[in-house]
Amino acid sequence: MVTLTLDRLSAHYGRRQILAEVTTPCFEGGQVVALLGPNAAGKSTLFRRILGLIDGGGEARVEGATRQRPIGYMPQDTGVNAVLTVYESVLLARMQGRSLKVQPEDMTEVERALDDLGISALGERDISDLSGGQRQLVGAAQALVQSPEILLLDEPTSALDLHRQLQLLTILRRLARERGMLIIAALHDLGQALRFTDQAMLLQNGRLIASGPTAEVVTPERLREVYRVAARIEPCSQGQPQLIVEEAI
Amino acid sequence: MSLGVALFLSLCLDLSLGPARFPLDEVIAALISPDSVSDQVRVILWEIRMPVALMALVVGASLSVAGAQMQTILSNPLASPFTLGISAGASFGAALALAFGVAIIPAAIDYVVPINAFVMAMITAFFIHALSMKRGVTIETIVLLGIAMVFIFNSLMALIQFFASQQAVAAVVFWTMGSLTKATWPKFWVSLGVLAIVLPLLARHGWALTAMRLGDTKAESMGVKPKALRLEVLVLVSLLAAIAVAFVGTIGFIGLVGPHIARLLLGEDQRFFVPGSALCGALILSIGSVLSKIILPGTVIPIGIITSLVGIPFFLFLILRQKSSSW
Repeated sequence: MVTLTLDRLSAHYGRRQILAEVTTPCFEGGQVVALLGPNAAGKSTLFRRILGLIDGGGEARVEGATRQRPIGYMPQDTGVNAVLTVYESVLLARMQGRSLKVQPEDMTEVERALDDLGISALGERDISDLSGGQRQLVGAAQALVQSPEILLLDEPTSALDLHRQLQLLTILRRLARERGMLIIAALHDLGQALRFTDQAMLLQNGRLIASGPTAEVVTPERLREVYRVAARIEPCSQGQPQLIVEEAI
Repeated sequence: MSLGVALFLSLCLDLSLGPARFPLDEVIAALISPDSVSDQVRVILWEIRMPVALMALVVGASLSVAGAQMQTILSNPLASPFTLGISAGASFGAALALAFGVAIIPAAIDYVVPINAFVMAMITAFFIHALSMKRGVTIETIVLLGIAMVFIFNSLMALIQFFASQQAVAAVVFWTMGSLTKATWPKFWVSLGVLAIVLPLLARHGWALTAMRLGDTKAESMGVKPKALRLEVLVLVSLLAAIAVAFVGTIGFIGLVGPHIARLLLGEDQRFFVPGSALCGALILSIGSVLSKIILPGTVIPIGIITSLVGIPFFLFLILRQKSSSW
């Protein structure tokens, strides 16, 4: 089973420290981990540091991986003006580092990724014509089609409507369980983090405030301290923890 | 497929036109079986017109592919060998030879002008390459550097023309208009050879270059190294453009128009976009060559003038087109 452990992971932009020695327990395949924190906490930087896209101290230790590039990454959505169909844009994510000839199994993987996310019908649409939410789902498909063992998703639900948010998080949890994939998603909705994720990391100003089971990380005290909101967590009628935000402090 | 047929027809038409006009069926017969036509027709078609007509195809394809990849790596729909000052550098090198007989590299007299042009074009490309390696240089900076290079070389050209003899000024002006009549078989083979080497090297990065159109961050997320790729492709396409411009002079707008038509027809998946750009560029320059012979019967107008006359309205159309979602 694939595992990921962050060991004193740091990053700087010039003299400014963005990440300060982030150390976490070992996260395992099959888990969904929420990466939490207010704006500018260092969430995107943490992802880029894990991927080695930026230099810095410490180590992101991946063990038990069977693929040469085990980590897939979906960055935050950016506008795209390329003249490519959805199918082509997902296919090219699959084909990086491979020959120009597309094999039948590559096409199968693309169709599976589109199908997993419920966007098969968009296949022939131009990506520049998609809505922000649709583009975000295509971004998730681009990450999934690389068959990653660890999947990093940077705010995957930020442009989705409520129905699509719940649908995507449900799908991600199912894929993590079925395929033994470790999924780490940066989320702003703490209620969804409580409901859909097993573990959580809470960042503030580049420092790890807490990590562990989500219900132990997301507490009224930490919400007050990190997010500056008064909130309480109560079980809903189905027994699941429910976040009730009262006011900004 | 239809582009290929159009290309063949245009080639035949180009071969048939000139001081002596031949019917298309005779041209096709001469192409298929050179022995079936008279010696005179064979010599005119194969020895005189063929290198020029084929040079139009190769130069058109080279400039168009160079433009396509510059637009891809610089994320700028107006990028072309001209935007980066590569053509302006070549013109300056050629002008040095034409006006003062300065050979940057000693060479046979026939090749002094193209070699000067090539060397200056590559110096320009490497200069931009070196500057773009510096920390903090963005895509926009590279494009601005190119525009600065164009202005610098234009000023230097003006200086050369100020000091040169009247005859030399005329030669410089004619060279900068671009003309396929300078084409010979050896020049054609060199141009074709470079195109044949560069295309597979670009194809090796086909998927990565397509990913570059999604932006650097997205490309990185797919495992592409945008900066390294950008620099490698910049050198390769500079080589393509420099060879083309060195042999036939400044031929504008092919590198801009060819890729845009290919993009409209085939999209930006490099598996189709690059061959499409090459075919479109070849077709446009071949049609330009035909037009250069028929607009004023008996006179071959320098092809650079034709491509600019067609290209400028297209350029304006691109700038004014109100479609923000894509290029």
